[in-house]
Amino acid sequence: MMALIEPHLPALQVVIPLVAAPFCMMLGRGGLAWIFASVVSLATFVISIALFAQTYDGTIISYHMGGWAPPIGIEYRVDILNAFVLLIVSGSAALVLPYARSSVAAEIPAERQALFYTAFLLCVAGLLGVTITGDAFNVFVFLEISSLATYALVASGAWANKRALTAAYNYLIMGTIGATFFVIGIGMLYSVTGTLNMADLAVRIADHGDSSTLRMGFVLILLGIGLKLAMFPLHLWLPNAYAYAPSAVTAFLAATATKVAVYVMLRFMFTVLGFDYEFQADTLRMVVLPLAIIAMFAASLVAIFQDDLKRMLAYSSVAQIGYILLGLSLLNETGITASIVHLFNHAVTKAALFMVAGCFIFSAGTSSISKLAGVGRDMPWTTAAFVAGGLSLIGLPLTVGFISKWYLVLATLELGWWPVALMIMASSLLAIIYVWRVVEVAYLQPAPAGVTRKEAPLSMLIPTWIFVGLSVWFGVNAMLTATAAGRAASALIGSSHILWKD
Amino acid sequence: MEHHSILRVVSKLLIPPMLVYALYVQFHGEYSPGGGFQAGVVFAAAFVLYSLVHGIDALTKVAPPRILHILAGIGVLIFAGTGLVTIALGDAYLGYYALAENPQHAQEWGIVVVELGVGMTVATVMLSIFIAFASHTRKLDNKDW
Amino acid sequence: MSELAIDLEFILGRYNYWLFSILMMTGLYITVSRGNLIKKIVGLNIFQTSVFMLYISLGKVTGGTAPILTGDPDTVYSNPLPHVLILTAIVVGIATTAVGLALVVRIKETYGTIEEDEILELEHDMDFGNGAPQGGSRA
Repeated sequence: MMALIEPHLPALQVVIPLVAAPFCMMLGRGGLAWIFASVVSLATFVISIALFAQTYDGTIISYHMGGWAPPIGIEYRVDILNAFVLLIVSGSAALVLPYARSSVAAEIPAERQALFYTAFLLCVAGLLGVTITGDAFNVFVFLEISSLATYALVASGAWANKRALTAAYNYLIMGTIGATFFVIGIGMLYSVTGTLNMADLAVRIADHGDSSTLRMGFVLILLGIGLKLAMFPLHLWLPNAYAYAPSAVTAFLAATATKVAVYVMLRFMFTVLGFDYEFQADTLRMVVLPLAIIAMFAASLVAIFQDDLKRMLAYSSVAQIGYILLGLSLLNETGITASIVHLFNHAVTKAALFMVAGCFIFSAGTSSISKLAGVGRDMPWTTAAFVAGGLSLIGLPLTVGFISKWYLVLATLELGWWPVALMIMASSLLAIIYVWRVVEVAYLQPAPAGVTRKEAPLSMLIPTWIFVGLSVWFGVNAMLTATAAGRAASALIGSSHILWKD
Repeated sequence: MEHHSILRVVSKLLIPPMLVYALYVQFHGEYSPGGGFQAGVVFAAAFVLYSLVHGIDALTKVAPPRILHILAGIGVLIFAGTGLVTIALGDAYLGYYALAENPQHAQEWGIVVVELGVGMTVATVMLSIFIAFASHTRKLDNKDW
Repeated sequence: MSELAIDLEFILGRYNYWLFSILMMTGLYITVSRGNLIKKIVGLNIFQTSVFMLYISLGKVTGGTAPILTGDPDTVYSNPLPHVLILTAIVVGIATTAVGLALVVRIKETYGTIEEDEILELEHDMDFGNGAPQGGSRA
């Protein structure tokens, strides 16, 4: 049985959640749909682990859809970089779903829950598809599958707060503009090379050399993906979408959606267009790098003044995306390693924190920081999880946040850019302020009279603490994540070096 | 709606050919222009025309949204299931060559089955979208015409 | 173009790109500038359509016919790949439009308006107004 399935794992990785989605809709009842979605997400997680294990030593798996060989056919290509991202996406899904049960039951009417889980599975399938495919146009299609599911998921927060509708609408407009820019960019690459297979594109672009069409293609792809990953001035959709989506959705999106977009960016910048493409290198250093630094400060500053916990965390996400973009726009191996390792580290940290916010909403009925006074005594485990996640956000040693910032600072020092290194540390100070605000309110202020708050149920606490545990475990022993990220970074740089040096 | 005889007669004349034409486009898709997408839309358009003349309630009686949703799901399952069958038969996902001895027949059968799934999904999804929007609006009275 | 004279050949020979740019900018402008949520979606549709035109015109081969086998080995065919891609992109566009319009319907039901500035005003009241109801209250 195993021998039959094993060569088809790349296809099954996407097909299983995709096929499961219509089944899930037909189940009709919330509880059944939840069990089904959980089983499916566990299965996809197991497949991701298997793929990661197969590619950890640098093997590249190439799967030909329908038996048509690339570059004619659609190829699913798994190397260590996308196996790593697949692991993040399916792992987050597998952990968020157990959490979702109580949270969704509280936030969404029973007759709509099956549809909710259907959209969730579609979103997972889309994100996995974006990550695994080796075909540039396929990326667009899967990106839109996941995005459309995401719009629906965000809008399903409307039963709790009607502003979820406008948040979803704005996300839809911005996301579609982004996707359309992206697809124009792919059209430019296609008109230059006549191919859509990423590996083939890389070879042909290197042969072709620079041209204005290629430049235009690069800029449009950067803009399009910039919108999807909430690159600093294009982030306007993110705070509201994260703040008003149901808690489980926010936790999942924060851990995966922007991470997958960053992966697409890494893939197009460094595999397809090539690490040594000069125009791209200039743009990354002159435009993306300053924007990333501004994001680190501006978004953190805005986060300090938010009253809503989810909104605050959303702005913090924009700042964290700044770190990721900073790492990749440094254009050295350590910097890209920092970006990739931060994909995982930030996913784990932010998922934990948004889950905590969801626990507050579930038990205390609010995510407004000022109304959470004294919650540390009523909900000790939830609040402790927030503290642990917050420490990781700040980047204290023994948490994953430290690992990413360590690599990031190393990368800047390698280039001799110590002012940038100082700025990374200075922006961490801002994180201390906004995390401390919550801690202060939760522990040091007295609870308002007459408010009773119970600890969140175990089904929500356990997934939260698993994420917190991961953020500590991989902070103490970063061997696995750092090695995988390092190998992915050197593979990204190595492959394009070979092509452009010819 | 009884006294709008022109509308009634024209729709009666148009709807059957539309349905047949949709089926023609559907089942000639593997060797000539056409296929599930186009056929599905034409098929759905016939139902939309029916509903424009006879009202949305008449349409939901013929095609209840619940059934449409299930059919849309089944269409996706036909498509994806074909891929799983070819895996079980030892070829790649959607590798049609495993379906028959003769490679041309294998490709033909694969396309016919997959397009059937596509056609079903497209037709039912188009109809579902139409019903979802149309049943949201105020009912038209006869005197509003 | 080293000489300053306007190169008519250069401009007219690329009319498909000019049309694409005009359509694209029109769509983007409508999406960004209009306050009506439906008009924004219309703009988005025009924007997406411009991309369809770009791809289809890329696939055109001078003198080529529709890519359907004619049996004659000398036939020149247009490139069918962009057609297939755009078929997919059209479906994505339809799905996006449907989701967008569905959201607009729900916004109209809950807010009672589809003008962006009025919605912003209502949301501002929700943030700073006194005791404004939160949640799915129907307007």
